[in-house]
Amino acid sequence: MVAWDVIGALVTLAGSVFLLLGAIGVARMPDLYNRMQAGTKATTLGNLLTLTGLGILMPSWLPKILLIAVFVLVTNPISSHALARAAHAAGIPLAKGSVKDALDHDREAR
Amino acid sequence: MWPRSFEQPDVRPDEERSLRPFICLSAGLLALWLTLTWSLDPQEVATGLVVSLVVASVARSAVHSVTGCPGSILRRVAWSLAYIPYLLRAIIAANIDVARRVVNPALPIRPGIVKVRTNLESPLGRLFLTSSITLTPGTLTVETSGRELYIHWIDVEADGIEEASERIVRGFERYLERIFG
Repeated sequence: MVAWDVIGALVTLAGSVFLLLGAIGVARMPDLYNRMQAGTKATTLGNLLTLTGLGILMPSWLPKILLIAVFVLVTNPISSHALARAAHAAGIPLAKGSVKDALDHDREAR
Repeated sequence: MWPRSFEQPDVRPDEERSLRPFICLSAGLLALWLTLTWSLDPQEVATGLVVSLVVASVARSAVHSVTGCPGSILRRVAWSLAYIPYLLRAIIAANIDVARRVVNPALPIRPGIVKVRTNLESPLGRLFLTSSITLTPGTLTVETSGRELYIHWIDVEADGIEEASERIVRGFERYLERIFG
């Protein structure tokens, strides 16, 4: 099944492109919050595509790959939220040029 | 000073004594076990059954209040299945959007933290909502306080609570309110 091998390889390659873009985003973004946007989440699709590609290359691994994908989807947002929340609570400022900070505004009003 | 992210769900005493959540949790764990071992060998099934029952009895008190079997389970399962492609589509579209911003030399972002409001009542529903928002790149849940969510948005398109909620929350909510009530 050469055709499937090629498709699997291409999907995995597409996944690595998104991972690379995530890394570039981490380097380019101006502050922690925007870096998290690029770094932790441009990688969501990168991970999913890489796993899908592996599943196409190795169909017998599919059930476990599906589980890994679910675990990524469940743990990724929780850890991202925990990091962002802790950062904001610790007073890490938004980058210059940020439009607004509704949370800071509400916290001061309290 | 910081509000709890999610209020404690009400623990109803009749649910606490009921065996249903326990059975559902055991069945779910057994299904997970069988998926992982990928074998119907009687030894594997027996071991999985014992382990599931033990884990379920230990974990029951911690999770029964949020995982209890919903009554109209088929309808909820159907909406959950419909939610998966919807979420994947949102993730893909948003990923491409953020990737384009990253490679654009001008780095076109207008970041900020906006406040949005959800209509979801169930704590588990809110957990799925905030996680879905965080999973789609471009929006990141920074803090929650009851109905109100504070979202870091890479490109603030709408300022007011209503417009921002419309853009970030409503799409997911349409599914989640039918799944979690």
